Amino acid sequence: MIVFDHVSVKYAPGEPEVLRDVNLRLEDGQLILVAGRTGSGKSTLLGAINGHVPHFTGGILSGRVTVDGLDTAANPPRELAHVVGVVCQDPLAGFVTDTVEEELAYGMEQLGVDPATMRTRVEETLDILGLADLRSRALRTLSGGQQQRVAIGSVLATGVRILVLDEPTSALDPVSSEEVLAALLRLVHDLGLTVIIAEHRLERVASYADRMILLDGMGSVREGETRFMMETSELVPPVVELGRIAKFEQIPLSVREARRMAGPLRELLSDKNPGDYRRIPPAQGRSSVHADMESAWGADLVASGIVVNYGVVQAVSDVSLRLPAGKITVLMGRNGSGKSSLLWALTGVQKTSGGRFSVDGVALEKQPASKVRSYIRLVPQNASDLLYLPSVEQECEAADRESGSAPGMCRTILEALAPKIDSTTHPRDLSEGQKLCLVLAIQLTARPSVILLDEPTRGLDYPAKSSLTQILSEMAAEGRAVGVVTHDVEFAAEVADQIIVMATGEVIQVGTSSQVLSTSALFAPQVAKVLYPEHWLTPYQVGEVLWEG
Amino acid sequence: MTPVGVSTVPSTRPAAQGRSIQAYAARFFAPRLLHPGAWWAWAIGCAVVAARTTNLAILALVITVICYTVVSRRTQAPWALAFRLYVYLAILIVVLRVFFRMMFAPYGPTVILELPTLTGPGFLSAISLFGPVSAEALLGAVASALQLAAMVLAIGAANALANPKRLLAAVPGALYEWGTVVVIALSIFPQLAESLVRVGRARQLRAEAGRRRVHLIRNVAMPVLSDGLDRSLVLAGAMDSRGYGRSASMGNSGRWLTSVLLVTSSLALCVGAYGLLDTGFTPIWMGAPMIILGLMVGLVGLRLSGRRVMRTRYRPDSMKAPEWMVLATAAAACGGIIVLGMTTPEVAFPPIPPLTWPPISLFSLVVVVVLLLPALLAPKNRDGKGQNS
Repeated sequence: MIVFDHVSVKYAPGEPEVLRDVNLRLEDGQLILVAGRTGSGKSTLLGAINGHVPHFTGGILSGRVTVDGLDTAANPPRELAHVVGVVCQDPLAGFVTDTVEEELAYGMEQLGVDPATMRTRVEETLDILGLADLRSRALRTLSGGQQQRVAIGSVLATGVRILVLDEPTSALDPVSSEEVLAALLRLVHDLGLTVIIAEHRLERVASYADRMILLDGMGSVREGETRFMMETSELVPPVVELGRIAKFEQIPLSVREARRMAGPLRELLSDKNPGDYRRIPPAQGRSSVHADMESAWGADLVASGIVVNYGVVQAVSDVSLRLPAGKITVLMGRNGSGKSSLLWALTGVQKTSGGRFSVDGVALEKQPASKVRSYIRLVPQNASDLLYLPSVEQECEAADRESGSAPGMCRTILEALAPKIDSTTHPRDLSEGQKLCLVLAIQLTARPSVILLDEPTRGLDYPAKSSLTQILSEMAAEGRAVGVVTHDVEFAAEVADQIIVMATGEVIQVGTSSQVLSTSALFAPQVAKVLYPEHWLTPYQVGEVLWEG
Repeated sequence: MTPVGVSTVPSTRPAAQGRSIQAYAARFFAPRLLHPGAWWAWAIGCAVVAARTTNLAILALVITVICYTVVSRRTQAPWALAFRLYVYLAILIVVLRVFFRMMFAPYGPTVILELPTLTGPGFLSAISLFGPVSAEALLGAVASALQLAAMVLAIGAANALANPKRLLAAVPGALYEWGTVVVIALSIFPQLAESLVRVGRARQLRAEAGRRRVHLIRNVAMPVLSDGLDRSLVLAGAMDSRGYGRSASMGNSGRWLTSVLLVTSSLALCVGAYGLLDTGFTPIWMGAPMIILGLMVGLVGLRLSGRRVMRTRYRPDSMKAPEWMVLATAAAACGGIIVLGMTTPEVAFPPIPPLTWPPISLFSLVVVVVLLLPALLAPKNRDGKGQNS
């Protein structure tokens, strides 16, 4: 059992408290979901469970945290390693050894488990998590889902009864995250472990969670049964939102529950055409990104026969596509299906082994990256790779100089994307969403006709994501061609005009979002699953129908 | 021996015996990775043999044996593929050595190549380069170059045959922390290289503000280093959470004693090494006795500090018959080459001139064949390509 007794945490004297007077009693054998906006203290709360906060991170913790009767003030994380297992966001960053088997044994070696027991536990863990076939594989060669399962196994093998996971699926595609969540569920149901999991994409976990901890961002924490918490939560998965909009008798937590209650709703919607209704609310009072400039962008990106080889591996094979001006095209597919390679090829940075691409009739495939840059701009997955100056202001000035724009252009765009960022802030201190907006602003300063984004929703919470949706649709409305690679099906359901699905380096499906998303088994958003066979994608879209009547 | 088939009572003994020998052989030759220490000992044996002879024939044979062993017993791991680099280095050594010999005083009775003599101008006239090149000078150069090349190849072979990380894992408990540091450094470097590539690519997405070097360092080094720092912190945090550094408590006096022992041991080893290398004026006790003393004090110190470690090892590499066999070949070859040098110095160190074929004795061949035994008798490596892909 985990007990928080009047716990407050701040990272420096005089700074506001990240957690204020938190009292919690977490019983054994539950799956507990921790939710809250970015920066609301989720990681601090999770870190406090095994003493990582404040022993490792520094900071001031007042009050008492006890885990199975052990006070974390007296026991640093290493002394709690046999009680609490921690799995971090990027499994690869936490691996100490090279191979699956050694990694599973590492924690036990530290605890001094005797070799015979160690051997049996490693074998058991391999079986529980379905890793037996991978036992001698190098960790770096595994897929993201496999790596995360190894990370879970490596703490599980030490015999812990409490697992703490900080956004374990944020970097994974839908299939891999299902795989990881299934493994976790099995641990909760079959082995009775306590699992505490922080997650931005509530739709993945909400239906499984017994209880939910909600952080309000001001330091206060509420805890309760998941359904009860969902009734008042500001952050809810689409299925709950649908339940609220359609006024179901009870808040549904899963697609299954919602589908059972949605019979009358499906009937009501059956004679409406989803295409007539907006999927996201219209922009309200937001100053347009380039309101003061004449809109001179209206060019399609046309690519044909693109081939990208890495050594003997063909990452992209003979891909032809068209990103129409004024539309948002979403590229989907599992990790390693060639989506990112394709984006990089279209920037001219990744050399192609064949194929042509052009914007506005200008052939770009043989051009250096510096030439391609004036037509096509990419916001890469690690957006902060583009940032290197010590303040937001300097980054913006550099962007103006680089692109030959009028001074202040970048700052104006940034203000439209993410208002009220202090100019003197160091870019590394910005939140994920703000960093993304800064990089987007820098790339937009050059006024490209085509803007590409690689996994922009990583680490964004629902409000940050919906403002990104607004930003993208404005950019499309100004006539740009927008291309987005994402795993987030709910995000795709909101923004996509056109969807391209890739597998093994090839395009396997192209269509409008309602064609592709509502019929797919993997990529269907929650609303589409609830209202199948009708092609509705977002709760707002359903709301538009209900509100007009 | 019981004759088989004579007795009507079915006797199980001969069959059982046959089975047990077969079973033993099967166990002996079962493919697996040998203890890394065994391969390192064998490599050192090869290096010692190469160092103790200038006989071209023996050196050539030793190099052949090293290469053959690597080809037949190496793993598929990335570090094993680096053996090629050691081969290039060895070739470079031979080429450079021969070239320098041609440059500086290549004189001798049998001239095979007439090069013009270059004499320095003015006060440098005493120095002359090149000139008539003799076969004797070249052979001498090749012999000393092959010695060095063989030693380099031996080190390369040890790397190719044994996982360097497994070797670190086999260090005594007291040195475990150092071993971990090295392992992490080894895994951080490829990651740094990865993020260097990533940031370099990302740079091209944004117009560069300037092409000056200062900018390059700031634009690329800053993100890479902060990335590396972040990764290291995450890793350190993860290791902390998983129990790294948990230790049974040890009194202050105990810690003090181990420190004193380890410092004393290192001092003794330094003095001993000096005594061994400087054979001119140092008293005899400063040589081997000092080394032995240093080793013994060091062992006690390691034992003591190892006692506070409560870690265990998962499937530790064990020393079994094949390992002892490899160790024995290394020891036998070392002994053999020393005996060869003492009994028949004209075979171990054939004088040049006269210009003849290098002499070979049966005993010298035995030494080389002993080094070849691990390539024929040691178990094959388990991690073939099939299992790794």
